[in-house]
Amino acid sequence: MTEKKTNRRDFLFTATYAVGAVGVGATIWPMIDQMNPDASVKALASTEVDVSAVNPGKTITVLWRGKPIFIRRRTQDEIAEARSVKLEDLKHPEKDEDRAANPEWLVMLGVCTHLGCVPLDQKGEYNGWFCPCHGSHYDISGRIRKGPAPTNMEIPKYEFVNANTIKIG
Amino acid sequence: MSDHEYTPKSKFGKWFNDRLPLLTLANHLTDYPTPKNLNYWWTFGGILTFCLITQIVTGLVLAMHYIAHADMAFDSVEHIMRDVNYGWLIRYIHANGASMFFLAVYIHIFRSLFYGSYKAPREIIWIIGIIIYLLMMAAAFLGYVLPWGQMSFWGATVITNLFSAIPLVGEGIVTWLWGGYSVDNPTLTRFFTLHYLIPFLILGLVVLHIWALHVPGNNNPVGIDIKKPSKDTVPFHPYIVIKDGFALLMFMIVFAFFVFYTPNILGHADNYIEANPLVTPAHIVPEWYLLPFYAILRSVPDKLLGVVAMLSAILILAALPWLDTSKIRSAVFRPLYRQFYWILVADVLILGYVGAMPAEGLYLLVARVATAYYFLHFLVILPVLGWKEKTLPIPLSITEPILGGSPNLATAKNKESLNK
Repeated sequence: MTEKKTNRRDFLFTATYAVGAVGVGATIWPMIDQMNPDASVKALASTEVDVSAVNPGKTITVLWRGKPIFIRRRTQDEIAEARSVKLEDLKHPEKDEDRAANPEWLVMLGVCTHLGCVPLDQKGEYNGWFCPCHGSHYDISGRIRKGPAPTNMEIPKYEFVNANTIKIG
Repeated sequence: MSDHEYTPKSKFGKWFNDRLPLLTLANHLTDYPTPKNLNYWWTFGGILTFCLITQIVTGLVLAMHYIAHADMAFDSVEHIMRDVNYGWLIRYIHANGASMFFLAVYIHIFRSLFYGSYKAPREIIWIIGIIIYLLMMAAAFLGYVLPWGQMSFWGATVITNLFSAIPLVGEGIVTWLWGGYSVDNPTLTRFFTLHYLIPFLILGLVVLHIWALHVPGNNNPVGIDIKKPSKDTVPFHPYIVIKDGFALLMFMIVFAFFVFYTPNILGHADNYIEANPLVTPAHIVPEWYLLPFYAILRSVPDKLLGVVAMLSAILILAALPWLDTSKIRSAVFRPLYRQFYWILVADVLILGYVGAMPAEGLYLLVARVATAYYFLHFLVILPVLGWKEKTLPIPLSITEPILGGSPNLATAKNKESLNK
């Protein structure tokens, strides 16, 4: 058995493969990346909503980035209920205080974290939302309590511009 | 493959064939020796080819009138239904054609399961078939999104969200698939492109499927290897052509019944409501042909595991040639397998039924038991059955049961060893 020595030809092969791989990658990447959200989609990043007409115990739904946002003005009972839940009873433990900085207003993405359906308001076994697609139950803080969804409904980035206006995004 | 050399009769034919042997191929296809005992379950290959051509031709015509835009897609489909000459007919053929395609493919697959057509030396034919089946499901799903009705939109949302179950990169993949932050116009245009592409991929795979079939030749109801050509075979033309043609006519009667008498029975009324991203229909169900897998998805109470279970239920079929350890192909000679086969058929039908029902109470329980049994069949029953089952003696040829046994001691011994 002869000893294998690295020669000039091996170097040329390796260099050719390496440059070729970079070239193929650089050609394929634009083909893949063109499918990601484009500039016009990204431009629609924030929405302002007037919530002065929402009464306690009512939810409005607004569209943000093509997805529904639930804005619920919660009653005192609902706030008390949401804040009394023990963290160990939750599948995805989150304090209501962290989900609704202003306890009266719950602003969340109205999208079930299972497979993306829109849950129904004031339905289900936990007095919150119920997803009709595959039976996930959410409580009055939008936290998953029962069913296949893995996490609580998401809280988007939002802020109160003034007492009556919420800016989402 | 027919062994004899073929020479075209005409001088031009010979000249052409020497340069491109198309006539040799045509001769191979007409003379192709086929087992003479093929029953009507074997006619679905031809029927499926007809279905594919029908979908491609009607789809091409629909694409001349359809507009792939979130604001116009729904209206353009209604325009096809009301204004385009015979548009209603072409669309109903295309929509019901998808269901007929799946009806035929399920019969084709269950025929393979009964007669062991997936076993050596036909594993590659089988695996190509499974890939075709996966592409069919993709094409059907993408096509269902195009009319941009409520079921289109929410079906697309639910199915693309399956990818979000993948740890870490899932959300990124879903955004990439959508081309936005929800199912919207960019999603629709790319779905249309892919829906147009996939049938041609299927067509290419069908060529490979048939090519791979013509190497060992057809399996047959007795499930034994036969000499080709021999007294056990007949030429493909005219024998099989006529039989396939007759079966195709019968199939077309069923097809026409749906198209002309109940064109919407296999669809969902919700899809005649334009897509609305703010309201999910109360009860989302996929088309009937995906229901068993949908039931498996819903029977697992965990998102990632549910998706894994659903995909495994399909992909496990690709491993079937190695999971089934029995040397005997046909269920005719496997008394126990035959019973488990029918239990599996019932199991899949039950899964389909509970997949259409709400995922709660008794339905959920039934779905879980049926899902468990589905995997039990492939992962436990089939491998064990190959070892334990006492099979019946198989004949030495297709004609043997009619003309009597072979006096040849060597072949008789060989036969006994097969039965162990």
